[in-house]
Amino acid sequence: MIPDTEQALADAIKSARGPLAIQGGGTRGLRPMGDVLSTSGLSGISLYEPGALTIVAQAGTPVSEIESALAAENQRLAFEPMDHRVLLGTEGEPTLGGVIAANVSGPRRIQGGAARDYALGVRYVDGAGNIVKNGGRVMKNVTGYDLVKLMCGSFGTLGVMTEVALKVLPVPETQGTLMLRGLEDRAAVAAMAKAMGSPYEITGAAHCAKILDDDPVTALRVEGFEASVAYRLEQLKALFADEGADMLIASDEMSLWFWEGVRDAGKFSTAEGDVWRVSCKPTAGPDLVAASGAEECYYDWGGGLIWFLMPHGTDLRARLGRYDGHATRVRGGSDTVPQFEPEAPGVARISEGLRARFDPRGILNPGLMSPMTREVA
Amino acid sequence: MEMPIPDAGVLARKDRVVARLQGALPADAVIHDQAETRAYECDALTAYKCPPMVAVLPTTTQEVSDVLRICHEEGVPVVPRGSGTSLAGGALPTADCVILGVARMNDVLETDYENRTIKVQTGRTNLSVTGAVEENGFFYAPDPSSQLACAIAGNIAMNSGGAHCLKYGVTTNNLMGVTMVMMDGEVVEVGGGHMDSGGLDLLGLICGSEGQLGVVTEATLRILPKPEGARPVLMGFDDNEVAGACVSDIIKAGVLPVAIEFMDRLCIETCENFAHAGYPMCEALLIVEVEGSEAEIDHQLSLIMEIARRHNPVELRESKSAEESALIWLGRKSAFGAIGQINDYMCLDGTIPVSSLPFVLRRIGEMSKEYGLRVGNVFHAGDGNMHPLILFDANKPGDLELCEEFGAEVLKLCVEAGGCLTGEHGVGIEKRDLMTFQYAPEDLEAQMAVKDVFDPQWLLNPAKVFPLAVSEQRRSVAMAAE
Repeated sequence: MIPDTEQALADAIKSARGPLAIQGGGTRGLRPMGDVLSTSGLSGISLYEPGALTIVAQAGTPVSEIESALAAENQRLAFEPMDHRVLLGTEGEPTLGGVIAANVSGPRRIQGGAARDYALGVRYVDGAGNIVKNGGRVMKNVTGYDLVKLMCGSFGTLGVMTEVALKVLPVPETQGTLMLRGLEDRAAVAAMAKAMGSPYEITGAAHCAKILDDDPVTALRVEGFEASVAYRLEQLKALFADEGADMLIASDEMSLWFWEGVRDAGKFSTAEGDVWRVSCKPTAGPDLVAASGAEECYYDWGGGLIWFLMPHGTDLRARLGRYDGHATRVRGGSDTVPQFEPEAPGVARISEGLRARFDPRGILNPGLMSPMTREVA
Repeated sequence: MEMPIPDAGVLARKDRVVARLQGALPADAVIHDQAETRAYECDALTAYKCPPMVAVLPTTTQEVSDVLRICHEEGVPVVPRGSGTSLAGGALPTADCVILGVARMNDVLETDYENRTIKVQTGRTNLSVTGAVEENGFFYAPDPSSQLACAIAGNIAMNSGGAHCLKYGVTTNNLMGVTMVMMDGEVVEVGGGHMDSGGLDLLGLICGSEGQLGVVTEATLRILPKPEGARPVLMGFDDNEVAGACVSDIIKAGVLPVAIEFMDRLCIETCENFAHAGYPMCEALLIVEVEGSEAEIDHQLSLIMEIARRHNPVELRESKSAEESALIWLGRKSAFGAIGQINDYMCLDGTIPVSSLPFVLRRIGEMSKEYGLRVGNVFHAGDGNMHPLILFDANKPGDLELCEEFGAEVLKLCVEAGGCLTGEHGVGIEKRDLMTFQYAPEDLEAQMAVKDVFDPQWLLNPAKVFPLAVSEQRRSVAMAAE
């Protein structure tokens, strides 16, 4: 089903007799059971005010369309959403609704925030077919509960978004990356913490054990006006003068290529195995990596996000044990290992309660985020 | 302002409730004497007062859990309270309620500079969170004007903002985890020292829920390294609309100031008389602040001043020192106090798209004449969060009502312009009855369904956020179920 109006989408949900698999561009490799309900028929930018840093578009609007409209005004989606096609080999066009439903954020998460931090308002259809709006199109809004955040990262299990309002930001004049070579994981995480504890506004901090002639590389990105970027890169070099690591300032092309790779997990695109994302306290990262027994991994978000390449079917969570954070499998399937981190009992009860209220028949992407506890009505 | 009729059954059980609370808390933590409970009769929305039945001041999460479990069993409504600085009546009691104040819970539990987080008990004041980390070069970014007094608990409840959130975001963008006690006493942990949630974003839902979903006792907050420096430029214009256009041009130019503050003539004059900040007498004043190294600040200020010059400012004063910066900010930061000295006022908090600024300011000016009440405008222009201050005379019969009517019309205007009723103060009781203007019945139903899940009996701060008529059925079903 590809409804072309919000009302048609509401009718489709109302009249559904079984589970619905909610889909935007279908690029993120999620395959919930049920008839496919696509938002791709709801497409187009309805309002764009560069002077107010706001854009409003229908949920099925391709991200590429939004990005080119923004680029024409020298603005961008500052949360740097990943393009899952690179890692998953999927086809199609990623949509705005998909980005928000999955709360997809890239390396700039550490400084600029996640997709959820830029979402200002939503319209959605709940599991009973009600059309609901929340938030708006202004940057500060505490009018009632923030269901916008709740919809972000709900993977279509609470409602099907039809329209999203976003805050956007200007594209900085330039960017630059300092690369430190040869640091072991622990030293790399400490270096990233040191940089992010400095006033030089790091907008990307990643560490790869194997890339560029197999030498470990720790990369720190800054963005802004040209003179400021040059100044901050020099200050960072001075900060690490005593570390003994080789330092180089990446060329523009190299920097852009590197961060796109970090964003899209390009490193694992052709490798065999499951790919996992682990969100943790940065300083806990090296111990988690040691515990994982992973063949390959890399750190983003200053160490707060670790990408793991694991043999098919590995239960990474069992290997990591207890820690402050969570693990999500981004590529690969398993009948026994859930894709999303099971929630603690108290939190799970709340989540289940919310699903039961937003989707009383349990028809929206059932079983995608959590085990099915209700019969699909 | 209408409040629900106190539950006679609850009032009749007062002695038993007090005894049970005394059994769970130290003697001085349960306040039930009628003279003493008056200390909790209102928050910063002082026009409305009602002493609670009891006030409790627990010191640990376990004590909060015990209080809530007892109140849950006894069917007693609970109104959580941070420092009582809400401008929206978020902590206004009802006569049959227990006020749960977290003011005694103000410990720093953990500072973690490597991971850039701090964990605190939520009774801690906003400014003292920064106080705990500034020696090491860090700060906590959200900076509501009441930051000296307001508690993190209230900041989370209202999703508080501040002057610098144009760059750093509001509370929800800086909150990483909470320990929250549910109405039945269950303690849940949401989020923590890591970024983003694994399941649903309950943290985002809890932040800004006005104490209606649970009582947050501990919070993990993001701290940031202090910038190398910051300096503002002050600019004066002889026309509000020109100032508005200048704001829009600055934002479009790709400079991202940490703050853009706006004041109109009434505020400029009042603040100048009060603080002697050397403000120019003109129609509109902007304070634009940027951060970075000295060279970066110079560069950004020069770009901003170049844009400002295109709008023919009557004054353009770049701060050259810490003293000059402090002087520029002095007037703005004392605005509410300064106006409070000359008059009673009501502070509004609507947000509008920045592009609508000139239109909305003009309409407020016209409405001011229609109502015969003066209005001062002082606000965060970068993000369209307005704070019209309507002046009235509390001693003049009917003036408060007239002022409230005018205020409601201004907020409706904000909604019509594409904005919202409240940008950072919260709904509380103050904007409760206007919610139907911004939201359709099914929009409110979705929000109330969330409360049903967290607090099925509607005992937590039940008379807030939703119009009483809209929430009545849920509240009365809960009461009947006792």
